[in-house]
Amino acid sequence: MRIRCPLCGERDRREYYYQGDALALNRPDADTSDHEWDDYVHNRINPVGQTRDLWQHSGGCGAWLIVSRDTVSHEVFSVELAKARQEGTQ
Amino acid sequence: MMKFSAFRILKEGLPGNKGWTPHWRNPDPKPAYDAIIIGGGGHGLSTAYYLAKNHGFTNIAVLEKGWLGGGNIGRNTTIVRANYFLPGNSEFYSHSLKLWENLEQELNYNAMLSQRGILSLLHSDGQFYTAARRGNSMLIQGDDARLIHRDELREMVPYLDYEQSRFPIKGALFHPRGGTARHDAVAWGYARGADQRGVDLIQNCEVTGIDIENGKVTGVQTTRGTIKAPKVAIVVAGRSSQVAAMAGMRLPIETHVLQAFVTEGLKPIVDHVISFGMGHFYISQSDKGGLVFGGDLDFYASYAQRGNLPTVEEVMRAGMTLMPALGKAKVLRSWGGVMDMSADGSPVIDKTQTKGLFLNCGWCYGGFKAVPASGVATAHLMATGRHHQMADMYRLDRFQTGYRLMDEEASGSQHNLH
Repeated sequence: MRIRCPLCGERDRREYYYQGDALALNRPDADTSDHEWDDYVHNRINPVGQTRDLWQHSGGCGAWLIVSRDTVSHEVFSVELAKARQEGTQ
Repeated sequence: MMKFSAFRILKEGLPGNKGWTPHWRNPDPKPAYDAIIIGGGGHGLSTAYYLAKNHGFTNIAVLEKGWLGGGNIGRNTTIVRANYFLPGNSEFYSHSLKLWENLEQELNYNAMLSQRGILSLLHSDGQFYTAARRGNSMLIQGDDARLIHRDELREMVPYLDYEQSRFPIKGALFHPRGGTARHDAVAWGYARGADQRGVDLIQNCEVTGIDIENGKVTGVQTTRGTIKAPKVAIVVAGRSSQVAAMAGMRLPIETHVLQAFVTEGLKPIVDHVISFGMGHFYISQSDKGGLVFGGDLDFYASYAQRGNLPTVEEVMRAGMTLMPALGKAKVLRSWGGVMDMSADGSPVIDKTQTKGLFLNCGWCYGGFKAVPASGVATAHLMATGRHHQMADMYRLDRFQTGYRLMDEEASGSQHNLH
């Protein structure tokens, strides 16, 4: 599997650290319910097919990336900077 | 039904082995059962067996979308052990190993259990202290453990590289009752035992929906029609999230791929199971002679049943560090299985919010050794509505409450850390 970092170009999977579902970007408010925190920290859709997850280009520029890919074929559809997405939604 | 024995082998062999019959029936599904188990793998088949044997449930069915034992029970590295530390895990795996020790007599089936002993290698004083603590916990649980120092270890396993610069080997924690079993035979033995007790094992029958009325399960939709049942258990390992979603649940599970490897058949060299934790590497030798070894997860969510080359390289590198002679062997095959990784690395055997719907999942990469006890515990829960004492802590709500999370590796209760 190779991932195209928007800043560095296409690199081997070994340069990246896998964090998990990009749901990690949607941190709930501190006073939200246990149930919602459980969903945020533990519970996952865990899809067969297209997924969106967070990777860090730890062996390169260090940027956090939102990677859209297929969990069956390992095809990578798109990669974007998590920072750009976060700023875009604010 | 045919009983296996040495005499039987002789008797069947004389006329040319023409008298053997199939080990189980291949029935069509009935419109309704007393209980349904989704998933015909190791855990599903053992659940069905113990429901019939321990609780007298004989009007039950196992629904399997492919063929029996075609998932992780057919693609693991066959290790059985009871060397867990945390309360919750310790008593469960201890119970499981005792069931393993009587499994062949119980099932009248050769599961080729080989208690060749497991050596977990140690490289520093700190590791010795930790291993002593773990060993003591195993002894208190009633299992066996012994700290072995370098000289004795060297006599037992002379072929390791003791002087390697990164992790010089100083000793091991020895668990003599651990070992291996023939993985497929375990599935087949449970299938045959369940079938003998009247359980319908239905293959090529994929569950496509779970029927729920007023918060209570009433049956399932399948590719072979509607089947009614007041009790349904989801026992589908790597596919747990998809099946649970049919009941509106989202689970603390992320599915990852784990790879394993086997070499060509060789003369006996590795007499134990050797675990090289610092290199994320373990190895044993099958009865056919192949060296069976594996490493860590590929570490990203995947359903591919095959891995990526970086992990292959990493595993080979660790193997060469530990046992340089391995470089002379030719690797025959590598494969991957999809693991139901729970957030804390420990499993779930529990009821759900839907009445009559039960959940068995989260076995991570350690489901094989759990097969007997998992079946006993899941069957007990389904039949009595109460948790079996040895699996009492495998609750789903531990993730929400944070109470009694079982992070055996002490790495943190987070999906990407196990």
